[in-house]
Amino acid sequence: MKALIEKDRCTGCGTCVDVCPVGAISLVDGKAEVSDDCTLCGMCVGSCEFDAISLPKVGAGPSDAGQPHGVAPTHRGIWVYAEWRHGNIHRVSYELLSRARQLADKKKVPVGAVLIGYKLDGLEKELFSYGADIVYVVDHPALAHFTDEAYGNVLAFLAKQYRPEILLAGATSIGRSFIPRVAALLKTGLTADCTDLDINDDGLLVQTRPAFGGNIMASILCPYGRPQMATVRPRVMQACQLLEPRQGTVEKVSVPEHLLKSRVEVLEETISEGPSASLVEADVVISGGRGLKKKENFRMLEELARLVNGAVGASRGAVEAGLADPSQQVGQTGRTVAPVLYMAVGISGAIQHVVGMQGSKIIVAVNKDPEAPIFDICHYGVVADLFEFIPEFIKRIKGECGDSQN
Amino acid sequence: MHIVVCVKQVPETQNVRIDPTTNTLIRQGVASILNPFDHFALEAALRIKDMDKNGVKVTVLTMGPPQAKEVLVDALSRGADDAVLLSDRAFAGADTWATSYTLSAAIKKMGDVDLVICGKQAIDGDTAQVGPELATLLDIPYATYVSRIEFVEPRVLRVTRQTDEGTALWKIPLPALLTVLKDVGRLRVRSYRATLRARRYEIPIWGAADLGLSEDTVGLKGSFTQVIKVFSPQRAKERVMIEGSVQEQAARLYELLKEQGVPGL
Repeated sequence: MKALIEKDRCTGCGTCVDVCPVGAISLVDGKAEVSDDCTLCGMCVGSCEFDAISLPKVGAGPSDAGQPHGVAPTHRGIWVYAEWRHGNIHRVSYELLSRARQLADKKKVPVGAVLIGYKLDGLEKELFSYGADIVYVVDHPALAHFTDEAYGNVLAFLAKQYRPEILLAGATSIGRSFIPRVAALLKTGLTADCTDLDINDDGLLVQTRPAFGGNIMASILCPYGRPQMATVRPRVMQACQLLEPRQGTVEKVSVPEHLLKSRVEVLEETISEGPSASLVEADVVISGGRGLKKKENFRMLEELARLVNGAVGASRGAVEAGLADPSQQVGQTGRTVAPVLYMAVGISGAIQHVVGMQGSKIIVAVNKDPEAPIFDICHYGVVADLFEFIPEFIKRIKGECGDSQN
Repeated sequence: MHIVVCVKQVPETQNVRIDPTTNTLIRQGVASILNPFDHFALEAALRIKDMDKNGVKVTVLTMGPPQAKEVLVDALSRGADDAVLLSDRAFAGADTWATSYTLSAAIKKMGDVDLVICGKQAIDGDTAQVGPELATLLDIPYATYVSRIEFVEPRVLRVTRQTDEGTALWKIPLPALLTVLKDVGRLRVRSYRATLRARRYEIPIWGAADLGLSEDTVGLKGSFTQVIKVFSPQRAKERVMIEGSVQEQAARLYELLKEQGVPGL
């Protein structure tokens, strides 16, 4: 199977030839021709101005997957996995509930939230206030610590029992780890790390996500598998509390014992402290690069981060030069972060760094080299000597906080 | 002990980008490379082999078009013992489910696999889903985002996992699957001897029929998800360069960020 060319529409412009990452397209007699090297990645489809290229359609799902043909009308409702960690619900779950509420109103179906863990009493209330109609609770000592196996089994069991049409979870380290297990157990499709969700005219979930290191976006459907499943990047959806919380119901579900067993044993869980603590969770990340020159100079960034309750990251260059701890590294081989504000200080902006932070809402670049590639991707650029600019910026923040100097 | 390392040939993403003027995708000599995260998976396996040269066999496994064998040759020349290429026109267009399904059939065909190691994700799709889905289809336990692997008993591992807020220490019995981070070690260089051997090595190619899979369970036909549209990401608002003296720059940036409602300001 390969991409399909509508010869009548093809003008032989050759754009798709340049776009194809595997070199599978060539021009034969002035028309595009696709070779067997085509991997059906779809990059050519969007590149064609003349709508001459399409991809063949998926089948009705793997034939041995036990899915009925066509949309099963027995699946109903939108579910959100409410991520519980160390006694709290992660805020991505509220963001997802808010979005699920909007989508559910469009489809006129209820919103369910699933709470899995131990000693969960009282946590349902918040879930109702963000839009849940019903909260399914599985509360058991065996679920006190996260394991992919037990959590995956429980969520898959609930989905089999109650048959939601859509199942969403945060694309956190937990969600991205165990949700694929749930999809595999349920034999359905899953789209990773979405940044947009919508319902199309057929009532299907349109899942949009970045690919190729964020250089392209893809919209994806799961036409036949149920539930339609997606993990969603934290902070891209707005969490909004309802003015009138819903009068929801709590459904306490007991799960067969054997599903609670995990072959792995959790020996220890640690929460890191220090400058990199909460790098992934922080609203503000201040990152330093080689431009900082000395380890001591990172203290400046730490002070700035403390003032705004943020975390301190670093480029690979800074880590390799010994200026920062490896746990602070942001980028392809480090952490991926997407805070509200990302400040890149003295970082040139190599692609390996950019892929780890380009999901940030606001990117500020501070660099004395106006040609630094980081300025190509930032929202606000400051060409300045960081050793002069950062202290001045810190002063500015302190000033507004009521300090005498202003 | 038999370790299978799952690898993927990917286009070097840094060259796949949007032409800012025409807003179309441009590709300048995009090279195909071994997925960077799979380097660490291979190194993790080779380090286990270092502890017991004769007792450990490392097989690299990939699914892709015929030219994907390049990454297997690369892996062999760094010390892997065996390689298998899953290649068949019917495999094209596989989503993570169909990919995991095909890989699981290949690993079942090998029969004696004790440990499967994958990179944490591939840089083209960035899904990180194949590892967990593959483990689930093989019905073996797994651990993701592993930064350290130790043996506590001959068939029990203790692994350190990176979590969003810290680390977790897990005990995990074999057979198992791990997806690993760069912390497990940088990939060793090619050795002369292994490179010579890799050149002569005939890589077996398995298609759907060899795996006993019918064509409607693999590739695009066997997939649940369908890409309906591929497009350029919307360019963020025009970049604003903040000019002036350092004092003016600091004040202006502060104002702008405050207007945008950045928490903490």
